[in-house]
Amino acid sequence: MRWIWIDRFVKFVPGKSAQAVKNVSLAEEHLHDHFPGYPVMPASLIIEGVAQTAGLLICHASNFDEKVVLAKVSRVEFEGIALPGDVLLYSVELETINEQFAVAAAEVSIISPHSNNGNDQPRHLASMELMFSHLDHNQAGRKFPDGNFILTDAVSSLLREILPNGGEKSTDNSSG
Amino acid sequence: MAMSREEIFSRVKETLVEALGVDEDEVVGDATLTGDLGAESIDFLDIVFRLEKAFNIKIPRGELFPENILNNPSFVNDKKLTDSGLAELRKRMAHADLTEFEKNPEVDRIAELFTVDAIVRYIESKTA
Repeated sequence: MRWIWIDRFVKFVPGKSAQAVKNVSLAEEHLHDHFPGYPVMPASLIIEGVAQTAGLLICHASNFDEKVVLAKVSRVEFEGIALPGDVLLYSVELETINEQFAVAAAEVSIISPHSNNGNDQPRHLASMELMFSHLDHNQAGRKFPDGNFILTDAVSSLLREILPNGGEKSTDNSSG
Repeated sequence: MAMSREEIFSRVKETLVEALGVDEDEVVGDATLTGDLGAESIDFLDIVFRLEKAFNIKIPRGELFPENILNNPSFVNDKKLTDSGLAELRKRMAHADLTEFEKNPEVDRIAELFTVDAIVRYIESKTA
């Protein structure tokens, strides 16, 4: 299993906001354990997907020079559950970003396609506030490996679709 | 006009309730952030950030919660603060009550200095 919990960026405004889509599929192994006979997308993985959406926005803001990790789920509220076949839309806004950390606010909406003309308009599913730490500035001198451990091939492909330079680390500072 | 101590306390309380997810009645003056209110290291950053917003002030890094004391060899000896370490702490944490701590300045007890009252006194000094 690859630890990527978003399928596509649909909006990416550098330094400001982003939107990503997650399709919930019964082909995902974990849904068969959560729960046997009643597959529900775990709320923790929805939070992870939101964190990845926000995390990449924050990484991009520093031109991928900072090591960004989710440090705290400051607030989260769910109003319902997500099932296989549902489409989740993660909308995040960057509230603060500085040398040490970043804070993002996010809303999750859900589209549940129905075959019998049911209501498949997006509904509000969750809202949350997440805090991210810039590792190198917060570990009292503890050293981490050089280079970024976040920008894997799969993540690059996500950004390539939405960003003009394909999410490649640019060599000038114009996007930072 | 300077805010009253009660106003500051109530806004600090609100901040801590939001940052730490604690109940209002847990936030009393002598409650320690880590021991009584369950704060972890990232929460200190969060608290500083929220206080800046709540009081519209700038809190320079290390001013409310001092850094770089425990990792300085001349300030710590045998898991206790040395005299110069204590002097440094006194200088940097005028907002904390060091009376009890000075009797036994073990490094492990330094977290006990970070109380709700210490934050309130610090904000008082910043907004006076």
